Amino acid sequence: MEHGWGHGGSSASTAIELICTLLYASVLVGYTLMGRLSSQHYKSWPLYRYICWYAGCTCSVVVIIGPFAAAAHSDFRIHMIGHLLLGMLGPLLIVLSAPATLLLRSLPISQARRLSHVLRSRYAALICHPVVAAILNTGGLWLLYTTPLYTWMHQYTAVNLLVHLHIALAGYVFTISMLYVDPVAHRYSHVYRAIVAVIAAALHGMLAKYLYVHPPTGVSTGQAEAGAQWMYYGGDLVQLIIIGLFCYEWYRVTRPRQINVKTALDA
Amino acid sequence: MTPRTGYMHIQDDPAQPRYIYSKRNLWSGVLFGVGLAAFIDETIFHQLLHWHHFYDLSTTAVGLVSDGFFHAFSWFATIASLFLFADLRRRKGLWLTRWWGGVLLGAGIFQLYDGLVQHKLMGIHQIRYDVELAPYDWTWNIIAVVMIIVGSILLWRTRRRT
Repeated sequence: MEHGWGHGGSSASTAIELICTLLYASVLVGYTLMGRLSSQHYKSWPLYRYICWYAGCTCSVVVIIGPFAAAAHSDFRIHMIGHLLLGMLGPLLIVLSAPATLLLRSLPISQARRLSHVLRSRYAALICHPVVAAILNTGGLWLLYTTPLYTWMHQYTAVNLLVHLHIALAGYVFTISMLYVDPVAHRYSHVYRAIVAVIAAALHGMLAKYLYVHPPTGVSTGQAEAGAQWMYYGGDLVQLIIIGLFCYEWYRVTRPRQINVKTALDA
Repeated sequence: MTPRTGYMHIQDDPAQPRYIYSKRNLWSGVLFGVGLAAFIDETIFHQLLHWHHFYDLSTTAVGLVSDGFFHAFSWFATIASLFLFADLRRRKGLWLTRWWGGVLLGAGIFQLYDGLVQHKLMGIHQIRYDVELAPYDWTWNIIAVVMIIVGSILLWRTRRRT
């Protein structure tokens, strides 16, 4: 496959690259501006959140455009590393940058209220339910690799874009259903989320081992084996970080102390 | 209050945080044991010695599912158990004897499950390839049983007196 974007032709791919680059630049600038401006009225927005946002957005954009994206079409290992960046590491970094919190404190009150209404809507509550998010995320991957979707993805530009979009969004939704950095519609207990996280991780690992012996159409055995191991161990690594942060959240929330009435009222 | 037999016991026990967190000590230990056994299995036998294989072609679907769940659970168990351990320490409720009892029980159960159910019944992979398997299997499973017995004794000795 010489032409990176399949049947879409070069004009479509140029348009996509242009749109993505503009989008990437504007979200970086937008986040920075919101962080700096809102810091004048509220507590200073922490530096690590900026870094997480830049790194998370970069993880996502390199998978969609540029030389890395082009290489992913012919090399299953690159494709898999791309999915780790787009669907796991990128979303994790973006979640840690707390974009919804930043938006809420940057927008004018009426718009912030509207946004908080959206965040608390039934739709948001549904897709951010840990089980639904896990099905969208890991279930989506099973669908991609065990159906002809993988072949279509390399034939049609639109399918390719939709698959990437789904992986990024589902990865994000799953991460916010596990780590409560931004405000969430409905909170689930740590035990509940832990059980869902373990099942989702197990299904991710099983899919990796399945791919090891059942390569998707057009993928050589050697590449499938290498890609599957990237998926397995790379997935483990990101899950390790998520579990660590998740347990740390539990550790912080359950710390034994007397309730300080003043801070409780301020919060 | 009239002194009764065992009264001093009852009065002393609840004052000790370790009795309050007796269950948490057990769980932290068991989870750590499972995680530790899985970690040793994966780093030493899979990665360093290459005795085990990432995927051996005789693996059945049920074996793959079982292995997947255990692998994912062991990651979680290791980290969660260490946070529980830290929590017990900050609450001054750590009871090391009971914790070790849990570790041995958890590690023993995992290893016995791995040795009997996963290796033998489901045939996910074997301990080593191209060698006489029996001595390896016996060593593996006997170590597991010894860990279960020692762990159970420690847990029995640290049980809550009611």
